[in-house]
Amino acid sequence: MRNRFAETVYRLGQEDPRICVIVADISPAGSIEKFRTEFPDRFINTGVAEQVMIGMAAGMAQRGLRPFAYTIATFALYRPFEMVRNDLAYQSLPVTVVGIGGGVVYSTLGGTHHAQEDIAVASAIPGMTVISPCDPLEVEYATEYCATQSQGPVYLRLGKAGEPVLTEDAVEPFEVGKARYIRRGRDICIMSYGMTMKQAMDVGGELEKQGHSVSILCVHTLKPLDTAKIAEALGDHDHVVIIEETSPHGGLGGLVKQVAFDEKADCEIHAFSLKDEFIHVYGSHQALLAAHGLSTDAILEKIHARIGKD
Amino acid sequence: MHIAPAFSCLEILDAVYYGLMARDDTNALQDIFVMSKGHGCMAQYAILEDLGILTPGDLEEYCTPDGMLGGHPDFGVPGIAASTGSLGHGLSISLGMAYAEKIAGTNRRVFAVIGDGEMQEGSIWEAIMLTPNLDVRNLVCFLDLNDFQGLGRTSELHPHFYPVAQKLEAFGWQTAEVNGHDTEAIHECVRAHSNTGPLFVVARTVKGKGVDFMENVPIWHYRSPNPEEYRYAMDNLSEVTE
Ligand SMILES: Cc1ncc(C[n+]2csc(CCOP(=O)(O)OP(=O)(O)O)c2C)c(N)n1
Ligand SMILES: [Mg+2]
Repeated sequence: MRNRFAETVYRLGQEDPRICVIVADISPAGSIEKFRTEFPDRFINTGVAEQVMIGMAAGMAQRGLRPFAYTIATFALYRPFEMVRNDLAYQSLPVTVVGIGGGVVYSTLGGTHHAQEDIAVASAIPGMTVISPCDPLEVEYATEYCATQSQGPVYLRLGKAGEPVLTEDAVEPFEVGKARYIRRGRDICIMSYGMTMKQAMDVGGELEKQGHSVSILCVHTLKPLDTAKIAEALGDHDHVVIIEETSPHGGLGGLVKQVAFDEKADCEIHAFSLKDEFIHVYGSHQALLAAHGLSTDAILEKIHARIGKD
Repeated sequence: MHIAPAFSCLEILDAVYYGLMARDDTNALQDIFVMSKGHGCMAQYAILEDLGILTPGDLEEYCTPDGMLGGHPDFGVPGIAASTGSLGHGLSISLGMAYAEKIAGTNRRVFAVIGDGEMQEGSIWEAIMLTPNLDVRNLVCFLDLNDFQGLGRTSELHPHFYPVAQKLEAFGWQTAEVNGHDTEAIHECVRAHSNTGPLFVVARTVKGKGVDFMENVPIWHYRSPNPEEYRYAMDNLSEVTE
C-alpha cells in the first residue's frame, strides 16, 4: 500500500504544485524518493518530531498548499493528537494524515506500535474523514481524493507493503463516503475494510464452499459512514458479519449495530474485531491477528456456531 | 530488527549495568535504568540475560509468539523499568522516577539512554527544561550520539542540533562528553560528576559499531541480516572482541 501511495503522490505532485509531503523520519520509500529529488521544496522531513509535522502542515494548508503528513499510524495520530484536532480539524484544513501500519501490522514491535484504536480516535474528531483502503487500487483512489478535496482533514489508514489486489473485479466502483459491494450474494454479508478484507474474502470463500451465498461489502470510508448502504445490506441478508482490525469500541461493528437498531433490522449480526486489550504477543501479523481472535479459522468456527454448518 | 541501534549503545549499557548502578547486600540492582530509545533494547536483553535476570531461553524466543521479549521493551518483563518504543517518552518517565526517589529520600539514581533522532521530540525538551527546575540531581541521561536517525545523518537533517552540550548547560544541566564505546571513560566521567545537578552525558558513538558493513550505513537501522550477512557479522564481532 505504501508503494502505491508513494507512486500516486508522485504522479499527482507532478501536475499539482500545491501537493507537499511531510514525513517524520519515516518514509514510504519507492517513488517518494523521486518526489523528493524533483520537488525538494515540497518535501520536508521534520525529523523525529510529529507535532511540528502536523502543526506545520496546518500552516501550509492555510497558505494554500495540500500537505500529506506521513509516518507510522500511532505517531501520526496519537503523539500530535491535539494538533490534528485543533490545527487541522477545528480549522477544516485539507491535510491528509497518513498512518502506515494501521492495526497490529507492526507485529514484532509491541503495543507502542499498534494503532489498534486509531479508527475510533480519528472518527471521534468532528469534521474528520476516515478512510481505510483494502488494497493498492483503493489506495490510489483514496490518495487521489485526498489530493483534490477541500472539505477538511482526512485520516488515511494504510497497511504496509505488498498487499494483494482484492478489488479488481469489484461489482461497484470506489467512491469516498460510499460503501461498495466487491461481490454480491444473498444470505450472508461480510463487511470489512483495510487489511482484514483479506480475512473477509477467505471467510467468504469458505462459506460459499459450504453452500451459502455471500456478499462482500467494502466499507473503506468509516467516516462519514454510508449508513444508507449499510441499512440496505442489513435488510437484504439474514446474517451480517463484520471483520475489522481495530478496537471493539468505536469501530464498524458498533456502528452497524446502531444502524440495525435504528432500522429495526431483523438479521443476525456477528462482529469480529481486535480485543479491547494490549496483548503482549510478538510474531507475524497473522499470529497477532490470531491472538486477537481474528484468524480465518476462529472466525469461521464462531460463525458456524451461530448459523450451523451444512 | 534494530541491530545497529543496539550496537551503538552497547558499551553505554555495559558501563551502566556493570559499573555505575548501585547494588544492595544481595547484589540486586538498586538503581534504575530506562531505555528511552526502546528500539535498541536487544543490547539490554543481552545484558539482562548475562545478569541472570532473563534466561537464554527468553532470548531464543525473542519476537516469537511463545516468548515474552518483543522488538521494544515492555514493563512487566523482568529487568525492564518502563515500556518504551515510541520515542520521546523515556526521559520524562525517568524524571518522574528520579523525583519519586528524591522525595522518598533514597539514594537511588536513574540512568536513561536517549537517541539523537529521539532528541528532536518536543517532549524531550520539556523534560530537559523541567529537570533542573525540580532540583533533581539523581538523574543521568546518556545521549547515544551516533549522528544517524531513521532516514539519514542527523548533522545533515538537523545541523543546528549541534553543539549539544552547550544547549543542556544553558538549561541548567551538568554535562560531559565521552567516547561512547569506552566503558572506562564512561565510568570516570559519571563518577567525576559533582552531583550538584542532573548530568547529561554526550556519548559519541558509531551506529552499528562492531560490524563493519553495518557501521554508519542507514539501512541497518532496521534491516535483518540474511544468513550470509549474519555469519560474516559474527566473525567480524569475534575479531573485534578478541
Ligand atoms: C514517536 C516516534 N516516532 C517515530 C518512531 C520511529 N523510529 C524508530 S527509531 C527512529 C530513529 C531514531 O533515531 P535515534 O533516536 O537517533 O536512534 P538510533 O537508532 O540512531 O540510536 C524512528 C524515527 C518512533 N519509534 N517513535
Ligand atoms: Mg541516532
